[in-house]
Amino acid sequence: MELRKNYFADVRKDDLHEVGQPRPRSDSPGHVTGKTAFFADRNFPGMLHLKMVRSPHHHARIRSIDTSEAEKHPGVVKVLTAKDVPHNVYTILILIQIGPEDETVLADGKVRWKGEAVVAVLAETERAAQEAAAKVKVDYEVLPAVFDMEEALKPGAPLVNEYHGQNYYLYDSGECRKVRFGDVEAGFAGADHILEQSYQSSPIEHAPTETTGCVVAPEGNDRFTCYTNTQAMFFTLDNTSIILQMPGSKLHFVGGTVGGGFGGKVDVIVEPIAILGAKLTGRPVSFIYSREEEMQISSPRAAEKVVIKDGVMKDGRIVARKVTGYTDAGAYSRHSPYGAQKGAGHYPGPYTIPNVWIDTYCVYTNRTPSSAMRGFGVTISDFALEVQMDKLARLIGMDPLEFRFINAYRDGDMKAHRQPTEGAALIECMQEASRAANWPVAEKYMAMSSYKKGA
Amino acid sequence: MAKVPVQFTLNGSEKAEFIDSGTTLLNALRDKIGDTSPKGGCHQGTCGACSVIIDGELRLSCLTLAETCNGTTITTTSGLSESGVLHPLQRAFLDTFATQCGFCTPGMIMAAKVLLDHTPNPSRDEVVEALSGNICRCTGYEPIIQAVLLAARANSQNAA
Ligand code: FES
Ligand code: FES
Repeated sequence: MELRKNYFADVRKDDLHEVGQPRPRSDSPGHVTGKTAFFADRNFPGMLHLKMVRSPHHHARIRSIDTSEAEKHPGVVKVLTAKDVPHNVYTILILIQIGPEDETVLADGKVRWKGEAVVAVLAETERAAQEAAAKVKVDYEVLPAVFDMEEALKPGAPLVNEYHGQNYYLYDSGECRKVRFGDVEAGFAGADHILEQSYQSSPIEHAPTETTGCVVAPEGNDRFTCYTNTQAMFFTLDNTSIILQMPGSKLHFVGGTVGGGFGGKVDVIVEPIAILGAKLTGRPVSFIYSREEEMQISSPRAAEKVVIKDGVMKDGRIVARKVTGYTDAGAYSRHSPYGAQKGAGHYPGPYTIPNVWIDTYCVYTNRTPSSAMRGFGVTISDFALEVQMDKLARLIGMDPLEFRFINAYRDGDMKAHRQPTEGAALIECMQEASRAANWPVAEKYMAMSSYKKGA
Repeated sequence: MAKVPVQFTLNGSEKAEFIDSGTTLLNALRDKIGDTSPKGGCHQGTCGACSVIIDGELRLSCLTLAETCNGTTITTTSGLSESGVLHPLQRAFLDTFATQCGFCTPGMIMAAKVLLDHTPNPSRDEVVEALSGNICRCTGYEPIIQAVLLAARANSQNAA
């Protein structure tokens, strides 16, 4: 990799010892020799296997649960239902005061998505756990479900999640996250052209090569070691502590080795119930998603819908942008209110637009809860707004890269969130991109700089 | 469940175990023998993370019953480096940054080893073909392909 030192030569430090230097990765010798210990490489004598009984319905009331046959199945040691979980209703971001708690560890009275955990079976072997799980009888009353965000927002739509009371997340700013800057209607009124387009995406599964799971070993004296592939150690530790009503000092988490995650292992799903199983049986417990579970149950990237309306001048300046974004959280919040909020921050793009109006909604439906994935909340925004940029350029007959040079933010520009731009390098990145992609732009753009001297 | 005796050579040492009939070689290696270098990513023959070499051939240990391995010679990634010296493939995976999370790495190295054992100077297409049964979700494959080509070059230099 070449480090271009001609950019920002007068402000750059040149005594860096790390940037631009290759360094061997400390974990790869373990990887290439097969010595790296992933969580499932821990094996304890007497370890139990946990299998989950899951909802076959998208939305249903649970009339009754009968675990008697499962309990009698040879090899079964313990069967857990909602009443065994000390603090059964939780939400991950409660740790940073983002509530309400809206999700059950094991379903209690109702299921809100197909695949929701209802009963946990612990048995001597994986096979016994599977067979016993098949013997759990749950009597469901199927309820109408909603799978489409626009349907979910209509009056009279089935209520997905009672803990919210309506099918959207209520922010402190109201039913959506808002950005208001300038006067967007005046901007449209003065624009040479207006372009309104909608964009939408489907959920995307991370499909890590190692499936989600953990192995728990009771240490005696009420302390538990949990080997886990969580990507969010302290989210997991603290939420487990709340769910199990146990002080964190009783919980020893060992992680840091993750066989692929991409955001998919940020939720707190396997650890609390596995530790509870170990606590109630006094034995080590292994809870590992099968590949099928990983693909069906783990939280995907949210489906999103975006409507972007831009006002643009013939000379290439964008003068107004209005965006409405919808994020499909599925049945529970997890990280989605945050994802939708990030979208609100992101829709102006790296462009200086004088009039901006943005609303982003986090919507509940009876679909698999979505959550973190690689830039969630901004990746789909970027897709939408960069496609929109190309369309705008085409509309006014301008080269799409030159169009971006005209609108790119530069140091000192005011962003829609009322933060002045600092340390921008977009112009320089686009100059390099234009060279690398062999996409020539007019000389005046190659002479531009993000760093406005004296600004 | 019926127990069956199984004997094979694993990375140069003799193993004799009683295992439950129907146990996969992957589970026998990991849970009984304690060689956790083959990984279980799918347990259904699609990811390649569990790949091992049985009598010189690449095999998916999740789809191989341990009881069918009597009298065979099995190699796993943990048996590749001799007295702490890395195998050229292991060295090449290190040098080209071909590992990220490392979960697919043992299976990749096994697939690459079988290729180089049969075809010491493979073309890029042959490398791609040989690795096509192994899924990596982190690297984007290019560094892995480079690693195998680099190891092949090291091989041919040694031979020359
Ligand atoms: S675990 Fe054997 S192919 Fe995936
Ligand atoms: S390095 Fe993560 S799956 Fe290959």
